[in-house]
Amino acid sequence: MKAADYYLDGPAPETPEPRQRQDRWGETRVVGRPLPRVDAYERVSGSAVYPSDVQLPGMLHAAILRSPHPHARVKRVETSRAEAMPGVRAVITHQTPGADIAWYTDREGATVGHLFEAHCRFEGEAVAAVAAESPYQARDALEAIEVEYEVLPFTSDYETALEPRAPAVRDGGNRASEPGVYERGDLAAGFNAAEVVVEETFRTPCELHTPLEPHGCVARWDGNRLTVWESTQGVYPVQSRVAQVLGLPLANVRVIGHYVGGGFGSKLRPGKYTVIAALLARQTGRPVRLFLSREETLLCAGNRPANRMRLKVGAKRDGTLTAIEFHGLGSGGAYSGSGTGILDWQVRDLYRCDNVRCTTENVYIHAGAQRPMRAPGHPQCSWALEQVMDELADRLELDPVELRLRNLASVSQGRGGIPYTSNGFRECLEEGARTFGWLAARSRARSEDDLARGVGMAGGLWIAGAGGPPSTAIVKYFADGSVNLNLGASDIGTGTKTVMAMVVAEELGVPLDRIQIEHADTATTQFATASGGSKTVPTDAPAVRAAALDCHNQLLDMAAEELAVAPSELKLDGDHVVAVGDPEKRVALREVSDFRRRQVVVGIGYRGPNPEGKATCPFAAQFCEVEVNRRTGEVRVLRFLGAHDSGRVMNRATYDNQVYGGIVMGIGLGLTERRVLDTGQTGKMCNLSWHDYKIPTALDVPADVTSLPIETEDVECNTVGAKGLGEPVTIPTAAAIANAVYNATGIRVWEAPLNATRLAELLAEREA
Amino acid sequence: MIPLTLRVNGRERRVLVEPRQSLLRVLRDELGLTGAKEGCHRGECGSCTVLMDGVPLYACMTLAPEAEGREITTVEGLLDGEALGPVQDAFAEHDAFQCGFCTSGQIVAVEGLLRANPQPSLEEIRTGVSGNLCRCGAYPNIFRAAGRAAELRAGRGGDS
Repeated sequence: MKAADYYLDGPAPETPEPRQRQDRWGETRVVGRPLPRVDAYERVSGSAVYPSDVQLPGMLHAAILRSPHPHARVKRVETSRAEAMPGVRAVITHQTPGADIAWYTDREGATVGHLFEAHCRFEGEAVAAVAAESPYQARDALEAIEVEYEVLPFTSDYETALEPRAPAVRDGGNRASEPGVYERGDLAAGFNAAEVVVEETFRTPCELHTPLEPHGCVARWDGNRLTVWESTQGVYPVQSRVAQVLGLPLANVRVIGHYVGGGFGSKLRPGKYTVIAALLARQTGRPVRLFLSREETLLCAGNRPANRMRLKVGAKRDGTLTAIEFHGLGSGGAYSGSGTGILDWQVRDLYRCDNVRCTTENVYIHAGAQRPMRAPGHPQCSWALEQVMDELADRLELDPVELRLRNLASVSQGRGGIPYTSNGFRECLEEGARTFGWLAARSRARSEDDLARGVGMAGGLWIAGAGGPPSTAIVKYFADGSVNLNLGASDIGTGTKTVMAMVVAEELGVPLDRIQIEHADTATTQFATASGGSKTVPTDAPAVRAAALDCHNQLLDMAAEELAVAPSELKLDGDHVVAVGDPEKRVALREVSDFRRRQVVVGIGYRGPNPEGKATCPFAAQFCEVEVNRRTGEVRVLRFLGAHDSGRVMNRATYDNQVYGGIVMGIGLGLTERRVLDTGQTGKMCNLSWHDYKIPTALDVPADVTSLPIETEDVECNTVGAKGLGEPVTIPTAAAIANAVYNATGIRVWEAPLNATRLAELLAEREA
Repeated sequence: MIPLTLRVNGRERRVLVEPRQSLLRVLRDELGLTGAKEGCHRGECGSCTVLMDGVPLYACMTLAPEAEGREITTVEGLLDGEALGPVQDAFAEHDAFQCGFCTSGQIVAVEGLLRANPQPSLEEIRTGVSGNLCRCGAYPNIFRAAGRAAELRAGRGGDS
């Protein structure tokens, strides 16, 4: 995975420089406050129409037949019995004219997989699809399709995928790319200088995104124009891929995604389902609804790859790091996607160290393709790096917070030593520890009965979170002082719409309930990149601010003529314009003759470039307290604190909610989640449901979670001073839990998730 | 196909359905009540939670014919005209959601909990929504909203 996965294929479109001078905000009136969401009513009343709620007249229901084998050749597909079933309107396979569509490409652009594949390389590969009058009839028809498979040997264990006896996923073998190598300084000299060395092997599980709304869409044709209602993080990436695959002009593909029931990176791009729905709709002349079943989403809607990481760190007695060596292995599945993308970033960048070497190996296995999952690579790396730091602190008899403070980096070492636009890591550590009551909690004696308490912490940073161009926003100011805000971004639940409306309210003094938002529709809004990479606020809020200021200045210009006062002497005061030095000189906007003639003022805002030669990153430190049952190995997380430097807080309520959510997802990595493949017998997924693939429930998370914003002033990153938040909040969580369990029990668990069975085993071994 | 008479949000609704159709799909596809969501259709996530005779249950695990003669309440039924009910108000006030997809189910689960237990403890609230997954992880706010909903409900005098 590269950072570009969050942005675009090919060169980024240029947006012009913002037209308005944008001074740094001082005290804000609206931005930063914990205001309820502008779409709260729709989301709590049940009236919000999610893509999976869309119902159109004459709409058919579609379903996809998938390979039950991780590796097989389709020798024969017989669809005639399915086609004759009641309610069935279309059945398509790779043999259907127009459905033989190239889907996966390799790095050189060669086709390596099709929409419907005759050579299936993972359990869940699409083989055929059906459209019928009801969802039940569609599923019935799938069962009536006869497929003869030649079952082939498979590779589903990434750790042995490079062994000579492992069946090859591709003709060239199972090495998916050349090993990645990063090096700075002199590693050997660094280890020679070390007085203490910690070296361990870590494993993190394959995690699944499992957003509550399954992946899918509704597709409808009007002649040669296609409209798609898609559950997506970005309508524009869906539009461009669908247009490309179907050979349509962009203007003929309209994608609408007003709501999305979660994505976490798995809905950055369209799926095969999008194109299949469009093909079935074209063939039947009817709108088609195609949403995946929950089981399908677990098999083929992306994952966070499992990783094996070997980490060796050397330090002097005073805690100064002298050398770090990292090796990571992982698999992005059978097709595109990397198993090790940005896995080593925090080793390169988080702590000061002159001698670093990172290598990564990316292999193929017969499993569904990886998709970016909330801070790709980072929570895994944190699991290793932050446990090693904890162990190092233990051996050096230093406080874990103190050890980190002794190794703060003043520049972005992974980027060749350029400065950060802001860096609040020290404050995250210090103020986080103070607010959590770290020293007092650590010094509390461990109880000697069955329940042991402990505290742990971990730090982190996220590689991206700067945002950047392109982004274009439009603000329309109406004659009565109400506003329409128009932007292309999706609100994936982070509060994008609310934050953007607050930016308009800040600049124009319009109350939130007088701002209408039009967004995430390729026909009516401006180009936007997908909401992912913790970049939506830093990308789009500056564009919205520029649009609001453009409006503001046009209004002042009009009033200036009316009042015969220079625009620079005027200010907006509610629905009036007033002369700064002379409050008698005022005019109601509705009385400004130029404005009355036009009835609307349209402001356009563009996202300006990021500062050159500087890096913008969010920083984090999290602290937690756990209780471990020494008999059963069960871990209860009692409380958590997240101290996050993401620059300016745009809305304290949605900010805190992101922090809670990231911690909850991190608890999943630390304690409950893992995809289990039957590597020995069948290669199939064993825990193909939410009952067996366990995400945290209300009973697995603490009610006591504190969000502590470290509101570092960043005047360089962009014109609102906000950095990304959605991903850093889940990076240090799992490692903090592991360190707390060590603090409680003296036992380190190097493999996530840290489940009760494993911990009970380790506790029993120690007793013995 | 069989004819059914369902009582949904206080109104009698007549539908013609296949006996195997779930209550959820009848509510959504036949009656256009899309507040209850389909997150799994296998009784795991709780996005489809509705009240049957005041008790929360998974509409995806209930066959439509089983609901005949029972009182069904969906999230839409908690509104008073266009005005939000107390649990809905509390969820909005405490930002007890992110993407909002599980929210209808969470709200109905809390409504059911409060009808049975108007003053629940934190542990009772956690248990009350433990059958409703929230992948965005808004749980701490959901707990707070449920507590606030109990207060609002008491102030407004009972069932919403």
